Amino acid sequence: MAAASERPAVARALKDAGLTALMAFGLFLPLIGFLTVSNIRNELVLQTRFRLLLTVVAIIAGARLFFTLVIEPWSARRRALASHRPLALPRSFTRIFTPFAIGFVLVYPIIALAGAGFSGAAKWIDNFGIQVLIYIMLGWGLNIVVGLAGLLDLGYVAFYAVGSYSYALLALNFGFSFWILLPLAGILSAFWGILLGFPVLRLRGDYLAIVTLAFGEIIRIILINWVDLTNGYAGISSIPRPTFFGIPFNADDNGFAARFGFEFTPMHRIIFLYYVIVALALLTAYVTVRLRRLPVGRAWEALREDEIACRALGINTTNTKLTAFAMGAMFAGFAGSFFAARQGFISPESFTFLESATILSIVVLGGMGSQIGVAIAAVFMIGGTEIMRELDFLKRIFGDTFDPTQYRMLLFGFAMVVIMIWKPRGLISSREPSVFLKERKVISSELVKEGHG
Amino acid sequence: MVFKGARGMDVFLQQLINGITLGSIYGLIAIGYTMVFGIIGMVNFAHGDVFMVSAFVALIVFLILTTWLGLTSVALAIFIMLLVAMVFTSIVNWVIERVAYRPLRGSFRLAPLISAIGMSIFLSNFVQVTQGPRNKAIPPLVQGDFELLNDGTFSVNLSFKQLVIWVITAILLAAFWYLVAKTQLGRAQRACEQDQKMAALVGVDVDRTISMTFVIAAALAAVAGTMYVMYYGVVSFADGFTPGVKAFTAAVLGGIGSLPGAVVGGILIGLIETMWSAYFSIDYKDVAAFSVLAITLIFLPQGLFGRPDVEKV
Repeated sequence: MAAASERPAVARALKDAGLTALMAFGLFLPLIGFLTVSNIRNELVLQTRFRLLLTVVAIIAGARLFFTLVIEPWSARRRALASHRPLALPRSFTRIFTPFAIGFVLVYPIIALAGAGFSGAAKWIDNFGIQVLIYIMLGWGLNIVVGLAGLLDLGYVAFYAVGSYSYALLALNFGFSFWILLPLAGILSAFWGILLGFPVLRLRGDYLAIVTLAFGEIIRIILINWVDLTNGYAGISSIPRPTFFGIPFNADDNGFAARFGFEFTPMHRIIFLYYVIVALALLTAYVTVRLRRLPVGRAWEALREDEIACRALGINTTNTKLTAFAMGAMFAGFAGSFFAARQGFISPESFTFLESATILSIVVLGGMGSQIGVAIAAVFMIGGTEIMRELDFLKRIFGDTFDPTQYRMLLFGFAMVVIMIWKPRGLISSREPSVFLKERKVISSELVKEGHG
Repeated sequence: MVFKGARGMDVFLQQLINGITLGSIYGLIAIGYTMVFGIIGMVNFAHGDVFMVSAFVALIVFLILTTWLGLTSVALAIFIMLLVAMVFTSIVNWVIERVAYRPLRGSFRLAPLISAIGMSIFLSNFVQVTQGPRNKAIPPLVQGDFELLNDGTFSVNLSFKQLVIWVITAILLAAFWYLVAKTQLGRAQRACEQDQKMAALVGVDVDRTISMTFVIAAALAAVAGTMYVMYYGVVSFADGFTPGVKAFTAAVLGGIGSLPGAVVGGILIGLIETMWSAYFSIDYKDVAAFSVLAITLIFLPQGLFGRPDVEKV
């Protein structure tokens, strides 16, 4: 059977790859084949890059050939063996994985210190650990709005911005400490969540998404243009850094290091910040898990499944939606004030639509409603793009002008499309029932309809 | 954000001309949103970036024509730019639909939206990586203007390029109207919009019709892109997002799914933006457009020409 059917398969694959090459050539000819550059007189002129174009086309055709000859038969065989069902994690996996993951997160700074040494660890704890945890927290916050209540929010970053600017402005102008402003920023963001949530309650699905996007953009434009308050594009700098419950992290006599008898190093603050964000993220997860079992959490999920049925059952949909908006916004506010305190500098550049899209994609790619899925997606997407910064060895292959960081967002967008096609329901597309009669059964999320708004 | 005081008729007239020009561009993009939403119920988030790609293609064609081939005829240059941009962008959008949206048809509702957002990020970053992050500026293509009014201090001008944009928009809208109203393809499109299953049962090739919808949407976006380059003379990789959202606003304002609504909505958004810049604050012109979006959806969700959404159990 093999020899007879294989030759036509190869011929077909070659023809297919040829067509792909032709298509790719046509698609990439204008934008890769030609480069627009400014000459000395600042006029735009063209340069050609046909060698690069041919390389790209060859790579794509090769990938297509590989896909049709190797991947497709392999996945067809696999599909024939296993019934086509979404990945359903057994409950025992969740029970074992969660404590293990939390344990790993808690000892991560020690591993980083041991692995990368004292000077190298700052990068791994700060740029990698804290960055990923901020997005995990934001993902879990948005998960309340999108995953549980089914309200598609494309302007989530607005609440993150409100939290950041609340902390920055109140800390600079009134000198309040981080620990007073953290809850305050959360409350202010929740207030804005209600304020913006109120008018859009009647909207459903995609419309809600677009209006929240518009609100997000409006807040960003106001942050840019209200220069008296926010200092516009230049942003706010020298924001007070958080203290160890009143003890500053500096080299003074009453600083953290001197008081506790350590040698001063900036690492103390980084590790402290790391544990603060771990605590905040775990708080978000804990509150979400508990809320799902309260009447309001049940109402959120009922609302996601069927709004009309909800109303018929006497659930106050207005209050239910507003609480979801407010809870989500509050966690974004916490994350925002943490972000401002960690950076010491904020500007409207940090709160673009791209951030909202990133957070939403983390929630959807992870599998909506699934806490573990969101965390894994955040590690992959944010951690992955952060690691792109580290790939200096690629310079040795592609020459010194090659800058891997340029390709971060390109690959990010590409990954979003690929993961959606591969697993439209997200990486972990199963969920436990929140109410069960006799025994817990894992149900496929094919059976629940999220995001109808 | 203060009211800049009452201005004379002349300022109003000038802003009217500018607003209609800008509005034509928005309207052409808005048709793409409204058609795609009408037929598969999806907000094609990448449409603004498809528009930006078409603007880049038009710019590159312009450079090939002028700096390499030494073409001097402006009319011919515009024609070739339009043609190449339309054909190329149509192919791009056809491929995008095949690769990123078709596998997700019938999947749950957020999947195509996320895929489209991913595509939008991919397209804008692809252009950034391949063409660089700088603004690309070209010399003006069409120069000169008519002086319509002059009271000594302020003159109202209708520039030739604005006139060219109006004429091209009008011709293409007429052609587009013919396509949708009179041809086989247009009938198939309207049938698919009403009921895809029934359309398939009576022999309409639904997949092909949806592909053609994306092709037409891209062709109109390419016209908008070419005119954008012609009008502003500058384009950058990030120029897809804001016009995209504004065009979507236009589609919503006109009533999503309604083709005349998209054009009227586009012109209204263009006018609101230019009038706001003239009378209130140029910094907040985007806020004005986005507020219109929010207000329309809240108070008039079906838009100006749309059919109201009936809620069925």
